[in-house]
Amino acid sequence: MEKIIAKLGLGSCGVAAGAGEVWTELEKVISENKLPVQLEKTACIGMCFEEPVLELSGKCKPGVMLGKVTPADVKGVLEGYLLDKLDYQNIILHEHKPAVHNELIANQQRIVLRNCGKIDPESLEDYEAAGGYQALRKALKMLPLEIIEMVKASGLRGRGGAGFSTGMKWQFAHSARNDKKYVVCNADEGDPGAFMDRSTLEGDPHSIIEGMIIGAYAIGSDEGYLYVRAEYPMAIKHLKKALIDAEAKGYLGNGILGTKFNFELHIKEGAGAFVCGEETALMQSIEGKRGMPTIRPPFPAESGLWGKPTNINNVETWANIAWIITHGADAFRQFGTEKSPGTKVFALAGKIKNSGLIEVPMGMTLHDVIYKVGGGIRNDRQFKGVQLGGPSGGCVPASLLDTTVDYDSINKTGAIMGSGGMVVMDEDTCMVDIARFFLNFTQNESCGKCTFCRIGTRRMLEILTRITEGKGEDGDIEKLEELAVNIIKGSLCGLGQTAPNPVLTTLRYFRDEYIAHIRDKKCPAHSCSALLTYTIVPDKCVGCTLCARNCPAYCISGEVKKPHVIDQSKCIKCGACFTNCKFNAIIKD
Amino acid sequence: MQNPKQELDAILTRFKGRHGALIPLLQEVQQLEGFLEQDTLRYISEQMNIPAAEIFGVATFYSMFRLKPQGRHVIRVCKGTACHVSGANTILGAVRENLKLGAKEDTTADGLFTVMEVACLGCCSLAPVIMIGDQTFGKLTPEKISGILDKFRK
Repeated sequence: MEKIIAKLGLGSCGVAAGAGEVWTELEKVISENKLPVQLEKTACIGMCFEEPVLELSGKCKPGVMLGKVTPADVKGVLEGYLLDKLDYQNIILHEHKPAVHNELIANQQRIVLRNCGKIDPESLEDYEAAGGYQALRKALKMLPLEIIEMVKASGLRGRGGAGFSTGMKWQFAHSARNDKKYVVCNADEGDPGAFMDRSTLEGDPHSIIEGMIIGAYAIGSDEGYLYVRAEYPMAIKHLKKALIDAEAKGYLGNGILGTKFNFELHIKEGAGAFVCGEETALMQSIEGKRGMPTIRPPFPAESGLWGKPTNINNVETWANIAWIITHGADAFRQFGTEKSPGTKVFALAGKIKNSGLIEVPMGMTLHDVIYKVGGGIRNDRQFKGVQLGGPSGGCVPASLLDTTVDYDSINKTGAIMGSGGMVVMDEDTCMVDIARFFLNFTQNESCGKCTFCRIGTRRMLEILTRITEGKGEDGDIEKLEELAVNIIKGSLCGLGQTAPNPVLTTLRYFRDEYIAHIRDKKCPAHSCSALLTYTIVPDKCVGCTLCARNCPAYCISGEVKKPHVIDQSKCIKCGACFTNCKFNAIIKD
Repeated sequence: MQNPKQELDAILTRFKGRHGALIPLLQEVQQLEGFLEQDTLRYISEQMNIPAAEIFGVATFYSMFRLKPQGRHVIRVCKGTACHVSGANTILGAVRENLKLGAKEDTTADGLFTVMEVACLGCCSLAPVIMIGDQTFGKLTPEKISGILDKFRK
């Protein structure tokens, strides 16, 4: 029988969905039945909503990918595939036949995620077989300035969110005169609702390392740091192994690939502070201090880590570099728009069908991202808004779904591209609550250095909390707007300067919801619990007593088989009666 | 068995003279002792010649450092955006209720569990999510909580 390959996704998302158990079962079934199956592992292909994902392929067989595989399915699918009689209800990709998600992949363009979900991230050989470290070999034969010119010509912009030209940044660091320079990878992905960098770090660590080595050679640095969030244990594990392997093969260390170029790379684990995603705060943290931003100028390219010229790029930016060196600037410019060339990785989450990781060419409309690639809204509910850019970004409403995904167009909506978190919201999401959620986050994460950020965000949060509790007053909206303007003006770093964005964009596009909360004491999305009232419709109530028995406040009364009543003065609005009623006799308003 | 102070000294010796060592040093000490006791911080200050105020400043700045003893299993409840819109608050409520934690407590009386809220675990497609130790649990409902926690009670 022909030997087949079974490849299982063992990224964080796969493992959380039960891939560990599936792996054990695969090993067991293959050895017990002596099946001609080569078992391989990979990380995340991006279809997190279908995890655990198993890919089967053979020389003369069409490749297939199966979703939501359980240990119980393992024996059947392996034997079925070997005998060309595969019978599985959830084939998500098929090489020859139509399958549910063929289009999802076809609509993407993968540069950063080129190897994610394909190679074993812990195997340097796999990365090399996929063309890895060829770009480094090529780069080492070029002059540093030639590399910088190429990166400039590609038009690559910083994928961390601000969108500054990567080539220019390298140029500044290259021009700085100093015997010591550093390169840093910002992998402190802290935006709630974003996991692009986690997947890249877990799924293809060498691509980031290769990018950094090339960058270091170009600017003339011999030492670098990867600053990784401590909440990503698998990413750190894969990176550590990758560093050891790369050094053993001569890609890192002294005299790289027989040249005179030396470069050593260290991992720094973060300790849990969102503000460390800001470059000056991140450098303070690497130096072992509190992660508090410092005034720019001097910019890191002049005086960064330990006062030396430093070049910081984020994970996705670094992961683009090797591809650009290999394929050239023009190939990169084939994708995307004039001012935002290339692709962008997005983490789709929230009320969307295909939640997971995608990479699309810049210039695609939000509508296509959400409906063509993302599959539309879960449970076919009504789309309300999409949150871009996390706590620094904003909510884009349905009327602006034709906005194209590129730095400048998104900025016009008041949101920002950010690092790529895209949280989709439906009619059940309250926009005031979302604004409050983000303010709660930034208020917590403010380092406290600038008064406006430290105290201003707290005042905004207090007002928003009051509004969601039904205690909003006339003039609250104006106060929020005034505070927002001053916080933007009075803060030193990006955290404070963008903290009011979620409030400003929701006020701009969903002002009615604020007014409904403040004036009518109603939450149109039926989400703010303090503003809800639960009432029993006498005509529908059969008197089954289920609600009364489940009420934690004992505020529902009535005789058996007769309509019940809720005592509004005692109701704590927990919604237990609403969830438990089998006759739809309770209305939430 | 080794004297615990010896192990602590071994960590300090390794970090002596290295620049930017304070955070990884504290991370290792916390790994060893479970949390950062005030006396330990003072001891580190003396041994490493770093002002105690600076050490305390760093230890209180980063959310990972704990100045109080923590339970054997640390439960991180994700409060990221995707989890928030998918009902993270009810999950947190279910965890706290199952552990019978009072309003201001975060560690159970038997020292088995500590509950923390974290900003985002990066498993947004599985929202709502919690992490216990290094294990992630996704697509949770309040009903699933007691079964999951029981696995750690054995």
